Amino acid sequence: MTTLLIADHNNTSLADATSRALTAALQLGGDVHVLVAGANDRAAADAAAKLDGVKKVLLADDPALDHQLAEPIAALVVSLAGDYDAIVAPATGNGKNILPRVAALLDVAQVSEITKVISSDTFERPIYAGNAIAEVRSTDRKTVLTVRGSAFAPAPQGAATAPIEPVAAVAGDYRSFFVGEALASSDRPELTSAKVIVSGGRALGSAAKFNEVILPLADRLGAAVGASRAAVDAGYAPNDDQVGQTGKIVAPDLYIALGISGAIQHLAGMKNSKIIVAVNKDEDAPIFQVADYGIVGDLFQVVPEIEKALN
Amino acid sequence: MKILVPVKLVIDSNAKARVKPDQSGVDLANVKLSINPFDEISVEEAVRLKEAGKVSEVVAVTIGVAKAQDALRAALAIGADRGILIQTDEMVEPLAIAKLLAKVAEAEQPGVVILGKQAIDDDSNQTGQMLGALLGWPQATFASKVDLSAEAVEVTREVDGGHQTLKLTLPAIVTTDLRLNEPRYPSLPNIMKAKKKPIETKAPADYGVDVTPRLKLLKVGEPPARSAGIKVKTAGELVEKLKSAGAL
Ligand SMILES: Cc1cc2nc3c(=O)[nH]c(=O)nc-3n(C[C@H](O)[C@H](O)[C@H](O)COP(=O)(O)OP(=O)(O)OC[C@H]3O[C@@H](n4cnc5c(N)ncnc54)[C@H](O)[C@@H]3O)c2cc1C
Repeated sequence: MTTLLIADHNNTSLADATSRALTAALQLGGDVHVLVAGANDRAAADAAAKLDGVKKVLLADDPALDHQLAEPIAALVVSLAGDYDAIVAPATGNGKNILPRVAALLDVAQVSEITKVISSDTFERPIYAGNAIAEVRSTDRKTVLTVRGSAFAPAPQGAATAPIEPVAAVAGDYRSFFVGEALASSDRPELTSAKVIVSGGRALGSAAKFNEVILPLADRLGAAVGASRAAVDAGYAPNDDQVGQTGKIVAPDLYIALGISGAIQHLAGMKNSKIIVAVNKDEDAPIFQVADYGIVGDLFQVVPEIEKALN
Repeated sequence: MKILVPVKLVIDSNAKARVKPDQSGVDLANVKLSINPFDEISVEEAVRLKEAGKVSEVVAVTIGVAKAQDALRAALAIGADRGILIQTDEMVEPLAIAKLLAKVAEAEQPGVVILGKQAIDDDSNQTGQMLGALLGWPQATFASKVDLSAEAVEVTREVDGGHQTLKLTLPAIVTTDLRLNEPRYPSLPNIMKAKKKPIETKAPADYGVDVTPRLKLLKVGEPPARSAGIKVKTAGELVEKLKSAGAL
């Protein structure tokens, strides 16, 4: 069998989730080819060619494929799909946006956010905010999957370099036009690949306090910054930082939850972290039911004390 | 312009799903069911567009068992004008849902279909995108802002790293994210009024769609359990523990 992995990238580098999805793709058992579709995206293709286990990289470099719009990329994937038994993408914003379109055009049921490959057609995936794990078998002639990055280790870079072959975009009247984007740039680690995450909740009370309390601790630990939905909704943190059922799913070595109650939707995004620390002034807060180490107290007092103890 | 809003009845977001002892699924007996929160946001957005005079009619549609019409009633109470229940006792997967919705869209000719980005039961996040593919319509998923005009819709989307804005020429698909709006609590009079609004009942066969599942559900198990750890008194003690656990 042969698998096509759709890379998530920004034209110059690969998203970490791509190498994690590669690990899952390799577990299907066949050869893996990686499609890098974008504009001026040669550098991303070069990075894909270096990943261990990749047999071939397909490079589609076309202005029409810029900004990862779902319509032209799905059309391109469908044009290539005849050669493949499985089509895989990381369950990133782009993967979630593009892949169901591919699945429907191929008349195949998609299996979303797999966390385990049991065999080439059987997978585990969490449902009900991770309160249940479904084992499903695809009966379609092709398999279409998105992969939850936190459940698979990134594939390493190998010594070998896979060949890169050009493929052409599919022209069409897609009726979707890029207008603009506002992307935050940060020197902090990216949430879904960070080893340590410091996450703040509604208790922070304002964007100013969030920045004043969460960021120094995150910087001290070299950590990524996360937030609960309540903190994002209130504008304390950007939407991109939301951890949970409907935000980012993370599993760092250390997750520090500050002033977060631990609603099921939040737990869904972080309860597979290796070590969980919670600071909450309510000793009955549900977050303590999953925390390895808890401090009952006022985070505005405790966090500076943690920083002091670290020094 | 008409807007079509597909809605789903799901486990209430405050209820906890319990796995059945025989591992055949999740036990939903005696569990509170509600309209999927993202669909509520979709209905709210459609109704606001109608209140702004940009839309003439909001049609809600659901696919499921007879009780699924509770989701339609919730949509009608927010302000949708009428409902369509495509009734079936089968488990219908997103692809078949999208096929049914494509038939409804062909019949109703909406300018926009607004769907929730995911249902909080199966967490698939597929239906809107699949519907776009089947109809050949453009899509803007994970919307946090929707600006509708007669010919196009401009949508700001939540993407990894921030926001992206797209312009789609109509007809088009939009899927909603949490920060698009805050749905209203329907007033009692509106809940009463909703009971009188029309709901048309159909069957998948009326649309000639085969809803046979493509995925075999082999079993539904418990997630790995995680037990509570210990409480520590001071920050110093915490840092000690983390160091000896190798986490720092
Ligand atoms: C459809 C849907 C999807 C959702 N998706 C997500 C998601 O992806 N991610 C997510 O996080 N949530 C999500 N939610 C929301 C979720 O249900 C909770 O509302 C949210 O997680 C609560 O955020 P919080 O813990 O910051 O706020 P709260 O629940 O208000 O908790 C604040 C906590 O701070 C504590 N506190 C207050 N002051 C202090 C202090 N000075 N020091 C220490 N502790 C203090 C309080 O005791 C409390 O426990 C979703 C909800 C729905 C309906």
